[in-house]
Amino acid sequence: MSNISVSELRKGAKVEIDGAPYLITDFDFCKPGKGQALYRCKLKNMINGSTMDKTWRSADKVDTPDLSNRDVTYSHVENDMYVFMDCETFDQLHIPAEVLGNQKYFLIENAECQILLHGEKPIEVTLPIFIEKRITHTEPGARGDTATNVTKPATLDNGWEIAVPLFVNEGDLVKIDTRTGQYSERVSKA
Amino acid sequence: MNNPDLQRLAALRPALRLRAGLTAYIRAFFRERGFLEVDTPVRLATPALEEFIDAEPAGSGWLRTSPELHLKRLLAAGYDRLFQLGPCFRQGERGRLHQPEFAMLEWYRGGADYEAILADTRALVAGAAHTLLGRTVIERGGRPCDLAAAWDDWTVDAAFEQFAGLGVETVLAQGDGAFETRLVETIEPHLGHDRPAILRDYPLAFGALARRKPGRPDRAERWELYIAGIEIANAYSELTDAAEQRRRFLACAERRRREGRAVYPLDEPFLAALEAGLPPCGGIALGFDRLLLLLAGADRLDDVLPFPA
Repeated sequence: MSNISVSELRKGAKVEIDGAPYLITDFDFCKPGKGQALYRCKLKNMINGSTMDKTWRSADKVDTPDLSNRDVTYSHVENDMYVFMDCETFDQLHIPAEVLGNQKYFLIENAECQILLHGEKPIEVTLPIFIEKRITHTEPGARGDTATNVTKPATLDNGWEIAVPLFVNEGDLVKIDTRTGQYSERVSKA
Repeated sequence: MNNPDLQRLAALRPALRLRAGLTAYIRAFFRERGFLEVDTPVRLATPALEEFIDAEPAGSGWLRTSPELHLKRLLAAGYDRLFQLGPCFRQGERGRLHQPEFAMLEWYRGGADYEAILADTRALVAGAAHTLLGRTVIERGGRPCDLAAAWDDWTVDAAFEQFAGLGVETVLAQGDGAFETRLVETIEPHLGHDRPAILRDYPLAFGALARRKPGRPDRAERWELYIAGIEIANAYSELTDAAEQRRRFLACAERRRREGRAVYPLDEPFLAALEAGLPPCGGIALGFDRLLLLLAGADRLDDVLPFPA
């Protein structure tokens, strides 16, 4: 961990406060009443997502977090831990379900992912933007209803439900955007 | 046209028209009131010494951070109503409401103080909106602000008591930067909604070139104008005492040296003008680009400037 002057911070920079890494989501320089320069920031905790406001003086120093990325592939789930393999060292990394959130429903064996580590602790997993999943259950769409923005629920092989257009049927392979968790397009019909 | 820079410039036409209108309005406003427009040097042998204002080096000197010292030399020479509109430069200032190069409007009245400047400012600001927009109510952040309504008038002491529940002396004793932090976080958000607000009579340390308030030697006769939470202008009853001005400059130079900031030489021609006799006068610096931003209903300076830094 090293420290830097707050004047070097920008939107998107990362800082460490009380042992937690924070992302700067908003950053503004101000200088009230001919006084000293202040930096007004909005921060987001990179582990639990909580936000806070912070005002720093230009002379202040802030700590920068020790963050690193590792390229991994997803292997399997083992006792509520998601197991990934480091592409360089072939080490196994065990990621708790809460780090993944709903992303756990979009993991596919051998998917190339990135794990963000804070020190030794994994804090975020980035999946491929698009993954393909098969629909295991959905009601047939009502005949004649061709409106494009009408959706219906559909269940994936792992039980997770997404909204799909009416023309999607059971057994179809669909593409899902892992950033939003939303249906993107149909890849092939059953 | 698929060049994003040119598309942005083309879309700025309303802001550029408004800017040209505001410039013309200001010139007419001061001409009608008998003010002389002057131009002072952009590149200076030495800039004004202020603790927290850093000048951009230029050649063997610096770019001006304000035209104040030259305008006061003209006042000392007998010109009693002066104004200037032009660029100023401050190193490292870049934010939603800051640009390292910005347009400043300054004007001075001999034989007057900050009250006379306040009367000018009320007429100028409300008149600008009326002339350029056909209305005096502007909107910012979804809230209207009537520039022609009676302006709120807070002393710094009253505002700190009201919004922070603290005396100014208590806040000053909390250390370096405490006053500014409290001002930004707790006071400024309340100022200038529905109608503009004046915040006046600052601790002396925050009025480098202002005279002491009669009866309150620890306060400077200085006010700031806030519109919709934004600081727009800074006015002084100007300090005319040459000896006190020299002492303040020297103390400021020493603080800058301790903080590791550039220390500028004293502006001796300016101090000589004060020694020869600067009449009592009031003056103001108004952020032209910020006034434009308010009239345009924009959120940030980048939205009204064609070539932001």
